[in-house]
Amino acid sequence: MSEAMSVQRKKIHPYKFNLWLGLAGIIMMFAGLTSAYIVKRSQPGWESFKLPGIFLYSTIVILISSVTVQIAVRAFREREMPRYRLFFAITGILGVVFMIMQVVGFYTFQSLGMKMIGMGSNAAYSFVLAIAGLHIVHVLGGVIALIIIFFKAFSSKKRNYDIIPVEIVATYWHFVDILWVYLFIFFSLLH
Amino acid sequence: MSNEIVIQHGVSEQEVHEHHEAHHHHETFITKYVFSQDHKMIAKQFLITGMIWAIIGGLMSVLFRLQLGYPDLQLPWLEDIFGHWAKDGKITPEFYYALGTMHGTILIFFVLTAGLTGTFANFLIPFQVGARDMASPFLNMLSYWFFVVASVILMSSLFVQTGPAAGGWTVYPPLSALGDASQGSKIGMDLWLVSLALFVVSSLLGGLNYISTILNMRTKGMTMTRMPLTVWALLFTAILGLLSFPVLFSGFILLLFDRHLGTSFYLSDIVISGTKILPNEGGSPILYQHLFWFLGHPEVYIIILPTFGLVSEVMSINARKPIFGYMAMIASMFAIALLAFLVWAHHMFVTGLNPFLGSVFVLLTLLIAVPSAIKVFNWLTTLWRGSIRFTPGMLFSIGFVSMFISGGLTGIFLGNSTLDLHLHDTYFVIAHFHIVMGVSAFMGMFAGVYHWFPKMYGRYMNNTLGYIHFWVTLVCAYVIFWPMHYEGFAGMPRRYYDYAGWESFKQFVELNRVISFAAILSFLVQLLFVFNFFYSIFKGRKVTSKNPWGANTLEWTTPIRPGHGNWPGEIPEVHRWAYDYGKDGRDFVPQTEPVGKDETSH
Repeated sequence: MSEAMSVQRKKIHPYKFNLWLGLAGIIMMFAGLTSAYIVKRSQPGWESFKLPGIFLYSTIVILISSVTVQIAVRAFREREMPRYRLFFAITGILGVVFMIMQVVGFYTFQSLGMKMIGMGSNAAYSFVLAIAGLHIVHVLGGVIALIIIFFKAFSSKKRNYDIIPVEIVATYWHFVDILWVYLFIFFSLLH
Repeated sequence: MSNEIVIQHGVSEQEVHEHHEAHHHHETFITKYVFSQDHKMIAKQFLITGMIWAIIGGLMSVLFRLQLGYPDLQLPWLEDIFGHWAKDGKITPEFYYALGTMHGTILIFFVLTAGLTGTFANFLIPFQVGARDMASPFLNMLSYWFFVVASVILMSSLFVQTGPAAGGWTVYPPLSALGDASQGSKIGMDLWLVSLALFVVSSLLGGLNYISTILNMRTKGMTMTRMPLTVWALLFTAILGLLSFPVLFSGFILLLFDRHLGTSFYLSDIVISGTKILPNEGGSPILYQHLFWFLGHPEVYIIILPTFGLVSEVMSINARKPIFGYMAMIASMFAIALLAFLVWAHHMFVTGLNPFLGSVFVLLTLLIAVPSAIKVFNWLTTLWRGSIRFTPGMLFSIGFVSMFISGGLTGIFLGNSTLDLHLHDTYFVIAHFHIVMGVSAFMGMFAGVYHWFPKMYGRYMNNTLGYIHFWVTLVCAYVIFWPMHYEGFAGMPRRYYDYAGWESFKQFVELNRVISFAAILSFLVQLLFVFNFFYSIFKGRKVTSKNPWGANTLEWTTPIRPGHGNWPGEIPEVHRWAYDYGKDGRDFVPQTEPVGKDETSH
């Protein structure tokens, strides 16, 4: 369909536009969850908490990954494929490291006696698990997309210089990054 | 020109694909009818899947109407079919609640959301904005298949031992969060949640495609204010869905946590089954209601907005008159879409909501009457002194307006918190929302199906059967739901299984029988429609001209049976709005015709 589309009037690539709309949907989901959190926080029985330190480090990790994905996109634009592959791979690995650190953070919660699930759990910690857990799922989606695009770069059948998928993945990656930074600040201020 | 001919001329197949990708596919049965990426085929898939669901959901209402109208009736064949769910030929209470829950879920989500928007957004958006297909045909296909998977899971919940979800279509906790509380809150509830989560994914994938197609892929000259109202309506629908479904999803996630991970979002230390005290602390079921109705209210507009568009279009074409107040129609739809997000708590007046907060929601709710009234006024003035052609599509459009007025007026009753306290849990609410969004939406949907059937299949549906379908449906709908208002005023509670225990409701025994009779009749007449639909696909009268209705919009400039890509040549350019009917002595002026020198554009 690409040829047919090119003759049509367009302001922004439709796939990119789709992505922005999808992000709006994700924002609404987290807006729903965080506003539920705020409502719940004002009710009796809420236990105030301090995020374990590991979440700060994971925030730094995902921030770095945003930089690396941007370097990868720039390398792609300049057709420097080895550098592009390298930084794309680094981004993916940082994504995985981030997810592991988040899960370790959840266990830290449990080990500090702040039960997230099961008997004696408090909604405050459960919320952290639900919201941050849902965020991990979105990071996982980003990692899978990275892997797919990454292996396409090695495809021997055809040389692919279409930047649209790369830019879409990069934009999504920045989004999950910013989303986590928002959640991190949110949990730190409203605890 | 088919591929074979090109190849004979010595052009390699590879090149054919490069040059003519848009028009020539090697279509196998699988890519054409199953995993199709053609918006027209996906629309038909949504329509037929929706029809299957509608029959199942409608049959469920017939079953529970049997219980309500004939509480003493024993039908041994029911036990043959449903086993322990209909012991001694009588529907059991668990079965009754499951039927009501599934009827609501199926009709609201699977028929009137996916079946309606999925059909007409897919079918009409690329056609009417002048695009070869959706922005992303692949996501569009995924949207349908997510819907199928959601359907299969919901369907499978009907066949598990403990039955499907049975806590009402709103699945309020704590009932829905506690497997011990009822049969329907066991595995059936989990399947319900998984199915609806997939359904949300399906509508989001579809919705973002609709929005980006409308905003980015309009043909040359198709400015926003030249778009037909159908496209405007579908745009607002998609935006509503995109912003509200994710919130529902977050509510479901917390519910799943409460069900399986022992968290206390919605649950607190309540007593279940009169013996066991829950270990949970501090949860609030009202939280779920807020999250649910933040979707739930936009959802009713997601259902009704597409039909606003369909009815406006069908009505203008068959009255041979421009739609009255085009810009007012758009503005009122915008107002409705905006207000949709600000009124959700009017579903929660009886939850102990702060009365001051309640009064704010009353005000905002009643404000919706303004844009709704503008729309009704515009439809009536479109009909006024028109040269009306009473096709089945047109009749259903007029029926829609009738239903929308009747149902809309009772909305003003319910929007007042003081009246709502009395009416909320009665049959009045059933009557209100069935008329205003159930029957109305169906009327609009039927109008769309009868009207665009020739474009879908290149044949007409049978008119006589269409007229029978319309009149019986209209009369039955009023016979079913009008009396329910009286029952509601008398305080007859909704959702109950049996009213024999109340002296005050004995007066309604015969009325309930009439309602049940009309419900069964209207179900049967829908089967007539289904027969008409499938019969006409194969045997209907053939369409012989491109533009059988004399309509202005772009879909009627395509071939009678358009291929993938819609227009064999260039996409036509648009020069005017879609509603130049009866202008300067001409019956209609298609959008593709340039504006003449001494002609005023709208």
